[in-house]
Amino acid sequence: MSTWKPLSGTQAVAEAMRQINPDVVVAYPITPQTPIVEFFAQYVANGIVDTETIPVESEHSAMSATVGAAAAGARVMCATASQGLALMWEVVAAVPGLRLPIVMPVVNRALSAPINIHCDHSDTMGATTIGWIQIFSENGQEAYENMLLAIRLAEHPDILLPAMVMQDGFITGHGVENVEIFDNDKVKAFVGERNPDRYLLDTEHPYTIGPLALPDYYFEIKRQQEEATRHVKKIYLEIGKELSKITKKEYPYFESYKLEDSDAAIVVLSSTAGTAKDTVDKMRAEGKKVGLLKPKLFRPFPYKEVRTVLKNIPVVGVLDRSMAFGAYAPVYAEIKNALFELEKRPKLQSYVFGLGGKDIFKSDIEKAFNELLSGEVSSEKERYIGLRG
Amino acid sequence: MATLQEIMSKPVGLAPGHRMCAGCGIGSMVRAILAASDKPVIIANATGCLEVVTTIYPYSAWKVPWVHVTFENAAAVASGIETAYKSLRKRGKIDKDVNILAFGGDGGTYDIGFQALSGSLERGHNFMYVVYDNEGYMNTGNQRSAATPYGASTTTVPAGSKSFGKPQWRKNIVEIAAAHRIPYTAQAANHNIIDLYNKAKKGFEADGPAFLAVLQPCTTNWRFDPALTMSYSKLAVETNFWPLYEVENGKVHVNYKPKNRKPIEEFLNGQGRFKHLFKAKNKHVIEKMQMMIDKEWGRLLKLEESGIEL
Repeated sequence: MSTWKPLSGTQAVAEAMRQINPDVVVAYPITPQTPIVEFFAQYVANGIVDTETIPVESEHSAMSATVGAAAAGARVMCATASQGLALMWEVVAAVPGLRLPIVMPVVNRALSAPINIHCDHSDTMGATTIGWIQIFSENGQEAYENMLLAIRLAEHPDILLPAMVMQDGFITGHGVENVEIFDNDKVKAFVGERNPDRYLLDTEHPYTIGPLALPDYYFEIKRQQEEATRHVKKIYLEIGKELSKITKKEYPYFESYKLEDSDAAIVVLSSTAGTAKDTVDKMRAEGKKVGLLKPKLFRPFPYKEVRTVLKNIPVVGVLDRSMAFGAYAPVYAEIKNALFELEKRPKLQSYVFGLGGKDIFKSDIEKAFNELLSGEVSSEKERYIGLRG
Repeated sequence: MATLQEIMSKPVGLAPGHRMCAGCGIGSMVRAILAASDKPVIIANATGCLEVVTTIYPYSAWKVPWVHVTFENAAAVASGIETAYKSLRKRGKIDKDVNILAFGGDGGTYDIGFQALSGSLERGHNFMYVVYDNEGYMNTGNQRSAATPYGASTTTVPAGSKSFGKPQWRKNIVEIAAAHRIPYTAQAANHNIIDLYNKAKKGFEADGPAFLAVLQPCTTNWRFDPALTMSYSKLAVETNFWPLYEVENGKVHVNYKPKNRKPIEEFLNGQGRFKHLFKAKNKHVIEKMQMMIDKEWGRLLKLEESGIEL
């Protein structure tokens, strides 16, 4: 039997971790991720899980100890946000090359400077090129389910790559919603246990992990990593189908909301997609044909599938909650890339919103939709939502 | 007690033959340490000479499980391995005893790796950390580290008309490690294999973290005849530049006391990095170095005599 519990997004993720009961969890506090490791530490303290924890002295050591434990053969998790991800970046970047299936929830938050603890996506958008699977979640429910999906995906023998599961700092992270927690036994059976082929604690079969590769082999190894990444999309759908049997939900690469006959569409990640869906409903009720695309699997990016659903929509606006200074905003760049292959492409408009936790309202999204519907857009000029002056 | 021949002929996890520089002592150091473990050993290795020369893909010199991640995190990686070991054992997924060992050079230990090392020692993970100390960033070309001795000329702090080389004394990593109140800390040198072996054995057997600093003269960047590696290691000890001592549950024990302490010039002489010190204008540098060595040695003996716990 599933149970409904009023949970914050961070607690929902901690619930997934409770059900997964990893061998090792490595913890270093950083707002707004901190509640995840605190809830989990309480489960350990109360004997609800029998995980060994390592409360380390920094995020850099957090990812390092996670790597050590994963290489040793354990199923291991840690969590982070913002500056923490930035500090651990060196080691984060090494994980895909080591082919270790680590799952790390990330509670998205702005990067310094200026220092700001509130939500935007500049932390994970800085880590899109290094080989982690990235899955974004709209709410606590999705964050919980994505954790379960991610662990199976990362550990699949054809993949063996790390995965980040994102949710919006404070908005999803601390906002409390009713979350459906599925039956412990069913979830435990679904996630199973990690059974690595090779691991350091198997001293009978010693292996060397993380050697030096010179120009004669480095390129080939990176190409193999890309090959593993190419398996993700297919296996994501397969594992999603398996998870559907428990949750009765679907796990597509992205959610299409009333897109098919739309005159204008918005693309936006995470919690803002919820606000956008309400806006779509309101505008549809007024007879305006608008729709939404909410990417979930962001790495690897499903270019072809996105192209298929957006190709007949006259105008597409992409809302980014981060900037890429001197370049197109990250999500916009992907959508533009996806559509390039078309002979007749939708008109495009890039919007940046919500940096450092700036609120976005339905009225803002409605205004953007109306701009898109007017056709007065420019694919070259970034527009800003909620920017003062 | 094991003889030198027994120690060095014991089959260990490092294959014979190596890609190290001519005259490098890292191989014999690793062999002596691995020989001291009677359990399977798992190694976390920081970036550095040892890592580079033993694992040039697709080859590996390691016949034991071995991992390298980055420059500064060997201690944190070892914490992860040790915790995974505890967890998998508790859950009945493995059932054997192992020893966990971390290797780092002085740059990856005294400097950039210092935080990870301190964190691991403070948390009490049961593994031994070994720093092979060649007193600088030798793998990248003789840059200064916190282990580089006073007066040495390095590429980042070179001697010149206005400089005599490094103006600071080296960081006392052994006492800093001991200050974490860990059960075993020691300083060893590459020429004294039996002492090194005994210390490694105590480190492996300690109930908690152990820290071992081993002097590893670097023929390439100290610039001496590759035949003289062990001689320079010995001179470092005979001059009291590198005392052999251990801190066991806080108590200091000096393992070797030279009967006639040799002057520091004998250690400096013939090393390219100290060549400039023999010019008349730098006489004061050698004098100060001698004074500091004598003072440190006197302090160490007093610590031993007093029985005060570090």
